[in-house]
Amino acid sequence: MLLAVLGMAFLVLPLAGLLVRAPWSTMPERLAEPQVLEALRLSLVTATIATAVCLVLGVPLAWLLARVSFPGRRLVRALVTIPLVLPPVVGGVALLLVLGRRGLIGQWLESAFGFSLPFTTAGVVVAEAFVAMPFLVISVEGALRAADLRYEEAAATLGASRWVVFRRVTMPLIAPGIVAGAVLCWARALGEFGATITFAGNFPGRTQTMPLAVYLALETEPDAAIVLSLLLLLVSVAILAGLRDRWVTSA
Amino acid sequence: MLRRLTRWAVAAPVALALVSGLSACGSDEPGTTASASPAASSAASSSALTVFAAASLTETFTELGKTFEAANPGVKVTFNFGSSATLAQQITQGAPADVFAAASPATMKTVTDASMAAAPTTFVRNKLEIAVPPDNPAKVDELKDLADAKVKVALCAEQVPCGAAAIKALDAAGLKVTPVTLEQDVKATLTKVELGEVDAALVYKTDVLSAGGKVTGIDFPEADKAINDYPIAPLSKAPAPDLAKKFVDLVLSQQGKDVLVKAGFEAA
Repeated sequence: MLLAVLGMAFLVLPLAGLLVRAPWSTMPERLAEPQVLEALRLSLVTATIATAVCLVLGVPLAWLLARVSFPGRRLVRALVTIPLVLPPVVGGVALLLVLGRRGLIGQWLESAFGFSLPFTTAGVVVAEAFVAMPFLVISVEGALRAADLRYEEAAATLGASRWVVFRRVTMPLIAPGIVAGAVLCWARALGEFGATITFAGNFPGRTQTMPLAVYLALETEPDAAIVLSLLLLLVSVAILAGLRDRWVTSA
Repeated sequence: MLRRLTRWAVAAPVALALVSGLSACGSDEPGTTASASPAASSAASSSALTVFAAASLTETFTELGKTFEAANPGVKVTFNFGSSATLAQQITQGAPADVFAAASPATMKTVTDASMAAAPTTFVRNKLEIAVPPDNPAKVDELKDLADAKVKVALCAEQVPCGAAAIKALDAAGLKVTPVTLEQDVKATLTKVELGEVDAALVYKTDVLSAGGKVTGIDFPEADKAINDYPIAPLSKAPAPDLAKKFVDLVLSQQGKDVLVKAGFEAA
């Protein structure tokens, strides 16, 4: 019990610190600065698109890892979770080396389409998706493993096609896992800093997300950084709380 | 790369310390932090020196640190290199440092205003240069080429000294440059050129030299209007005040100057 309270205090006290130290009197005008809203909008948009990308690529990957037995599956699973342990800055450099203008794939993109990812909003999405996808994959894979295969087999014996089985049986069974994974994934993408600043750079309105704005504000104006952090906190708590009510109660 | 990693490793706990330390909100808060560690510092006072220095001093100060260790057997010098603005924030929040060497008077002023240091001395000056990849893909050869929309330019963010200097130089030339990125310190800006991700960047001459052949430097006349003074000062709450003073003396000595000038700095 005591340890639980200590654990909670450890997580909550720094937030209380932010609240206590926040410059409440200048809050309205600081929040009204166009750069702040721009960074917030960019953060929300990129985190949401990154989550969508993770869903499209991550759910099939999780299915592969959970349901298909192939040689080297354990190795693949370990490789997929690398972004979890890799320092995000290193992840950003790795992305540059592959997708940068002189990267393995990037130089081809550049010469074929005249398009390069670094320093673009698309680059922010790539960096965020890279860092956040393992959260989704692990969560969905866990749900797939926990789901009872016999339901799917029963559906199949009753004549359902593979697609119908997936849509009517598997999906509802693993939906909570997918939602939980997507929420984690979104939250991780929203707070992403290292890979973003390394791979996508920092330019207001294009690649400067909230965490980057907070970091640079901290260099000269700690008060502004606190305001920005509180705003990010407020928005994420509101969205996460809203999602939880909507999904968990109806599930 | 390791340098950048340690920066993050340092930044995270410091941000946390900043947040929790600030909640107490007293002007004596940094003092509490300093006095909370006398056990550690007195045991180590004769053997450990911590120097916070601008990212652009990484190579020269590392060398001077080795000289210092050789001249003072048993002493271990530890550096925290980073953007001067970040370091100044860390110091005012009570980070246990002995010496601060900044890349601009403005960042040093943050520290002196907080009464954490007195009487800084300017020890070198640094000039901007245009850095381009060795093959110079955008054919940049003077400052006004950076204003071309087709040229991808990286600058430092205006909050850090190299960014402030870049703005000064561009203003002096009457140029409007739209960079693709505003990097968090000069080494990050240089890295973008080394990797070939941008066509040009404004960095210090010393950074171009330290990159060896990986980037090419181009001098430009407007750089004279944006010369950065580097101040150094022992910190008033230094855990090892004697060593701090000795280290500052070494930097200001002829020997220190030789190392710095060799790296491309101008003597103050």
